[in-house]
Amino acid sequence: MSVTLSIIYLIATVTFVVGLKKLGHPDTAKSGNLIAAIGMALAIIGTIFIHDLEVPTIIYVLIGIAIFIGSLVGWLIAIKVEMTKMPELVSLFNGFGGASAALIGIVEFGNADIKNIDVTIVATILSAIIIGAITFSGSLMAWGKLNGSVKSVIKIPQYNIINNLFIVSILGLATYVVLGNVDSSLILYALLAGGLVYGVLFVMPIGGADMPVVISLLNSLTGIAAAITGVLYDNMVMLVGGILVGSAGIILTIAMCVAMNRTLASVIFGSFTSAASDQEGGNKALGSIKSTTASDSAIMMNYASNVIIVPGYGLAVAQAQHVIHELEDLLTAKGVNVKYAIHPVAGRMPGHMNVLLAESNVEYEMLVEMEDINPQFNNTDVVLVVGANDVVNPAAHNDPASPIYGMPILDVENAKHIVVNKRSMNAGYAGIENELFYNSKTSMLFGDAKKVLTDLVAELKNM
Amino acid sequence: MKEFIEFISNNIQIVYIIILAVFVGVEVIKSIPAVLHTPLMSGANALSGVVIVGAILVMLHSDPMDYLALALGFVAVFLGILNVVGGFAVTNRMLAMFKKKK
Repeated sequence: MSVTLSIIYLIATVTFVVGLKKLGHPDTAKSGNLIAAIGMALAIIGTIFIHDLEVPTIIYVLIGIAIFIGSLVGWLIAIKVEMTKMPELVSLFNGFGGASAALIGIVEFGNADIKNIDVTIVATILSAIIIGAITFSGSLMAWGKLNGSVKSVIKIPQYNIINNLFIVSILGLATYVVLGNVDSSLILYALLAGGLVYGVLFVMPIGGADMPVVISLLNSLTGIAAAITGVLYDNMVMLVGGILVGSAGIILTIAMCVAMNRTLASVIFGSFTSAASDQEGGNKALGSIKSTTASDSAIMMNYASNVIIVPGYGLAVAQAQHVIHELEDLLTAKGVNVKYAIHPVAGRMPGHMNVLLAESNVEYEMLVEMEDINPQFNNTDVVLVVGANDVVNPAAHNDPASPIYGMPILDVENAKHIVVNKRSMNAGYAGIENELFYNSKTSMLFGDAKKVLTDLVAELKNM
Repeated sequence: MKEFIEFISNNIQIVYIIILAVFVGVEVIKSIPAVLHTPLMSGANALSGVVIVGAILVMLHSDPMDYLALALGFVAVFLGILNVVGGFAVTNRMLAMFKKKK
């Protein structure tokens, strides 16, 4: 490898580290992303042009076409897709990266003289294929689950055992190929198919609200696949870049789990779901609920001095982020002090709610994080909960038997009045009742978030 | 076991790099606000597209008569660049929304 290319790779690697570091702080995040992107562009251009191979023009043309079309498609998808669809888009892109790694592995297996090369090279090739295949099909599955095209959550008894046996047999077969230097394309395709099936099996039983954790985990796996391919080519930028994403991805996955008060194991093996279903039937005598109308709620907020809005998953699903901003603007114009209380896992992904509200031009300063807003509920006249459920469930404080016991929540019950907008009385993601709805201070405002908020805005305008 | 030890001693530099890179990754991500989890994940996703470098190498090393390898390499480059460009563009779009209103 030429010295120039080595230096380019070195620069690219440094930009990756600096970029990731900067992405972790709100003020520098944007420049971090840009720096990493420049590094990536350098690495790609350097790889294409700096080498001492005799490469026919046709290959350059093909590479150029692939890069041109791929960039165009990627760019168009990225700028066209609605903000509420971001999580599944990240998953889709991640799946493409995994597929790329698997394809590289397949070509290299075909090129290599498997019977006579070092076992570690065979092991590297096979790992790239298997991990790449798992991340590809797993990410597509997560994408399907988030956009609603895959709905089922399969619950077969002993599912995890079957799953684990499956991956163990794939690994067993791979070990056999590696140690025996078996040159069989049949086994290669069996391993590829096995990886693809396992990705589906792995994601299948996991619920939609846990998908962010799964996507983050799969993202980390793609990084590892890239690093493994880097070992194959002795390529430092792939190796270090891949490992960085791999380890950072794992830490991010764990951080997301912590924000939801879950363990990685409970997300993957679904202990939560079974605990929640045991809970059913135990929570009947909670009292009665009180439902209210848009005009009553509007009057209540109109004469309040402090209002806190708690946006949740339901708001994201109903795409009501613009209407809520309109409501907040109206209230502010009427002299009401309005804030948003943002639970760390509000929305469809940690941080997703901030992105959504920022999209509708809500001022950054109005979004208050959980630790800072919780002491303020005492002085709040009206809390408006829009499509949030588990994150405001007092059972997390009061009921040690509850599956969400110990999860940090927003203490909305301390406010003077609570208005909860929900589509129906169905339980939230955790599948448990919420005693907040039966609180004497709570009024329920049923209906689709966007519709209800539009009504509220109309009522307020008439006052 | 013998192969494993041989692998370690032949590739000791790579082993060092991997271990150090793991620590860098962990340190860089430590204690970030939940607000940035989604953009950070998206940015990391774009970085994992570095696998495209491998895809390009596959094509550069391909025999122009080996249509299968060329086709697979072509798809690998296409998917890899999709991951890179789409990933960075989406992250940028998310982060553009964090700017403060003047």
